[in-house]
Amino acid sequence: MTQIAADQSLTSVSNATEEAPQPIQKVSIIVSRGSLEGVYPGLIMANGARMEGIEASLFFTFFGLDAIIRKRMDHLKVATVGNPGMHMPTLLGALPGMSAFATSMMKKEMEKIDIPPVGEFLTMIHDAGCEVYACRATVDMFHLKPEDFCAEVDGVISVGQFYEKAAGAQIIFT
Amino acid sequence: MDTMTVAGKELALDADGHLANQSDWTEDIAREIAGNEGIPELTAQHWAVINFMRNVFAKEGDAPSIRRLTKESGVDTKTLYQIFPKGPAKRAAKIAGLPKPKGCI
Repeated sequence: MTQIAADQSLTSVSNATEEAPQPIQKVSIIVSRGSLEGVYPGLIMANGARMEGIEASLFFTFFGLDAIIRKRMDHLKVATVGNPGMHMPTLLGALPGMSAFATSMMKKEMEKIDIPPVGEFLTMIHDAGCEVYACRATVDMFHLKPEDFCAEVDGVISVGQFYEKAAGAQIIFT
Repeated sequence: MDTMTVAGKELALDADGHLANQSDWTEDIAREIAGNEGIPELTAQHWAVINFMRNVFAKEGDAPSIRRLTKESGVDTKTLYQIFPKGPAKRAAKIAGLPKPKGCI
């Protein structure tokens, strides 16, 4: 029995290698963090997917929701504490104004390479046909109301609905 | 190297299937490439995007990003995705006889 199972798995492996890999058709991207550097990768990947003709949707959860809250979306900050990538001593990063300074530097550099502010980027991504969803559990936990969100949000959905919508997609967690 | 034949002329293509020599490009060739890409007719809006891309490329050496197309070509994002289905920046660059855009946005 073991021998047969092993043979079968060998056959399926060799079949798989004969076929060329299929191009990605659909991605569902989860944004779970609310810092500037936590939000942009998901947005860039969603926009990039649409540019390649790949179907895309965005699901914002936990602090990632800040990226679709009208009053907060264009005021996200770079984390200068607890972020080894900043190459800055923790105590220095904690000085008042340090996060604002790092954020404004980063925004300047992003503008140079045509990365738009969060609000404008979301409009662009949504216009490109990417659906935008907020996580039901987080919305309830933070007592958020529909009017808190930007116009691009297509709905507040549960995890179950997220998985339904992600049928056939690659799920990317950021 | 791949080639495409337009009106009896054989044109060299790069690895992405875009025209290898921009000097080969003519408006008739643009129509031919568009046809191959599933765009049967190039409208005034298509031409606005194509000409904008060619102008930016001539000045800067890279095709503009989708954000610049949205802001400066006079055609908005929704329309761009409608008239160049399945990836406007890449597709418009191909029709405009330019290499695939390098930028991420």
